[in-house]
Amino acid sequence: MSAPAAIQDAASGLAAAHVTYVLRLADTSLILGQRLGEWVGHAPQLEEDLGLANLALDLIGQARLLLSYAGELEGRGRDEDALAFLRDAPQFVNLSLVEQPNRDFGHTIVRQWLTDTWQLLLYEALTHSSDARLAAIAAKAVKETRYHQRFSSGWLVRLGDGTAESHERVQRSLDELWRFTHELFAADETDALVAAAGIAPELAALEPAWSARITADLQAATLTRPPAAAYPWHGKRGAHSEHLSHLLAEMQQLPRAHPGVQW
Amino acid sequence: MNQDWPLFEVFIRSRAGLEHRHVGSIHAADPAMAIEHARDVYTRRQEGVSLWVVPSAAIIASDPAEADSLFEPARDKVYRHPTFYEIPDEVKNL
Amino acid sequence: MYTQALDSQPQSPPPDSAAEDALAARFQARVDAEDKIEPKDWMPEAYRQTLIRQISQHAHSEIVGMLPEGNWITRAPSLRRKAVLIAKVQDEGGHGMYLYSAAETLGVSRAQLVGQLLSGAAKYSSIFNYPTLTWADVGAIGWLVDGAAIMNQIPICRCSYGPYARAMVRICKEESFHQRQGFEIMLTLARGSAAQRAMAQDALNRWWWPSIMMFGPSDADSRHTAQSMRWKIKRFSNDELRQKFIDITVPQAQFLGLTIPDPQLRLDEASGHYAIGPIDWSEFHAVLKGHGPCNHERLEARRAAHAAGAWVREAAAAHAAKLAARAAA
Repeated sequence: MSAPAAIQDAASGLAAAHVTYVLRLADTSLILGQRLGEWVGHAPQLEEDLGLANLALDLIGQARLLLSYAGELEGRGRDEDALAFLRDAPQFVNLSLVEQPNRDFGHTIVRQWLTDTWQLLLYEALTHSSDARLAAIAAKAVKETRYHQRFSSGWLVRLGDGTAESHERVQRSLDELWRFTHELFAADETDALVAAAGIAPELAALEPAWSARITADLQAATLTRPPAAAYPWHGKRGAHSEHLSHLLAEMQQLPRAHPGVQW
Repeated sequence: MNQDWPLFEVFIRSRAGLEHRHVGSIHAADPAMAIEHARDVYTRRQEGVSLWVVPSAAIIASDPAEADSLFEPARDKVYRHPTFYEIPDEVKNL
Repeated sequence: MYTQALDSQPQSPPPDSAAEDALAARFQARVDAEDKIEPKDWMPEAYRQTLIRQISQHAHSEIVGMLPEGNWITRAPSLRRKAVLIAKVQDEGGHGMYLYSAAETLGVSRAQLVGQLLSGAAKYSSIFNYPTLTWADVGAIGWLVDGAAIMNQIPICRCSYGPYARAMVRICKEESFHQRQGFEIMLTLARGSAAQRAMAQDALNRWWWPSIMMFGPSDADSRHTAQSMRWKIKRFSNDELRQKFIDITVPQAQFLGLTIPDPQLRLDEASGHYAIGPIDWSEFHAVLKGHGPCNHERLEARRAAHAAGAWVREAAAAHAAKLAARAAA
């Protein structure tokens, strides 16, 4: 391969990775926001209805900014709604963790806490991104995610160190959801390309801090950290669980039934 | 029927320089939750920069039946107000 | 303040009936003078009970009202609409909270009030017992139901009971975005495709009469009106508010290019008011009695949420007790 063509390939490789990377952040926030939206009107306490709704609004807000940006980078004329409502499940690149169903409040809290702890470290690192737009989005998201992490870890501790029943329920949820954490620090070619370009942090570098925070919270919650579990079906590569297409069928139904109109 | 979590009164300082003002109440099981509930319920429209939450049971209130003896006597002490005093216009800075 | 712990002398013996009459007269004089009644002020027991009933019914309505629109959060057709709808439904929950807070200043607990709702003993606004069948229903509810609610609520900002009035001021500030977002949805649909226009018209067809009935029966048929007016808990009659709503809303429907489902609707040139056809009060009473399309589903949803959340509430209380014990040790 001649030198200019190699450079061209490398550039387009990075450009594609850049889009994918931003989409991964966007989809993770979008799908998690969608899950939280299911809770409104059904939470254990009225005050929690409002709290979960606030989390949902923050996440959907992040998703909108990130989707719009991904669409611009992609350059195919897709806006936030085209990306949210017109892609099929295999084209979504969210973490598998966030598409898992709500089940009970404890299950939702464990899913939230695992994601919040990861997102907080990630967004903090992204404020130093060579991509100024991404850094700005991250700076806003950091403040939101700090509150999310406070909220979810607080509830994790209350439920883990509450009653025998609550302890048993969240331990079970933790045991079940733990395998999805494998994906959080499993860097692939996309991650490598954007890290090399200074757009994103090295995923592996975030792992010790995440692990330490998780351990500390689990200790306060009197919960047992499950053993490491390799689980290579990563949503960020489009390898989703069966839950995602049901979620999308509900979410995307109206725009797909009435293509090309304004809402 | 479940027991309620304790009731807390919520006070918000809308911006630096102003006092905290009472805005309503929330139920919460513990102090950290009380702050979160107050934040989620009462500050969604940038209502403030600082929150106080106080267990309602901790508030000691004056008895409305005693309002007359507590507050009426201040009424006739007009000499506490600057307008009570006549100072000639030519005198400055008073 | 709202607490039981007053720094007063031990309870004096209850007043005799002449003293009671004097207190009642003084109370009415304060109300007549637009003075605000605050928690722990002397008030007739019937005033207290009327307020508890009215405020809690209002609170229950907000909470149950989260469900018909909450039904469309996961299916909102754009991300902006989804965010706006979540914020709106969240506001309804917040309104319920402000109102429960106001009711609690009258010596009743939230647990008692919620218990009354879930047992079916308490009433809530009939309008929320109707189903939301399409996305256009979300628009119709914002435009019509919130519009009617605003009409009812603005006068209550001046009601005689301080905490209720203050809660209403807060609610009214938040409510106007609710109506605007609903109308915006209807406008977008009305200007959209044929299918969207049909969707909007269908929603109007189903929500118009229930919205008119939100104002309650004619005052001649309403038991509570006269006393509530005297106590300045109610400021305008049902019929006055209903007429005002109709006069404001008909031109809005005309602007949308939609037809109000009332063949007898006409403008009376002499009075400047719109006259409507007969209201089917039998449907209203049936829905109030629990026989509307969604009464069962709405209460079941609230019961299920409450039951499913019991272990969570208990855990939080247990954890708080552990924290307190550790602090004391």
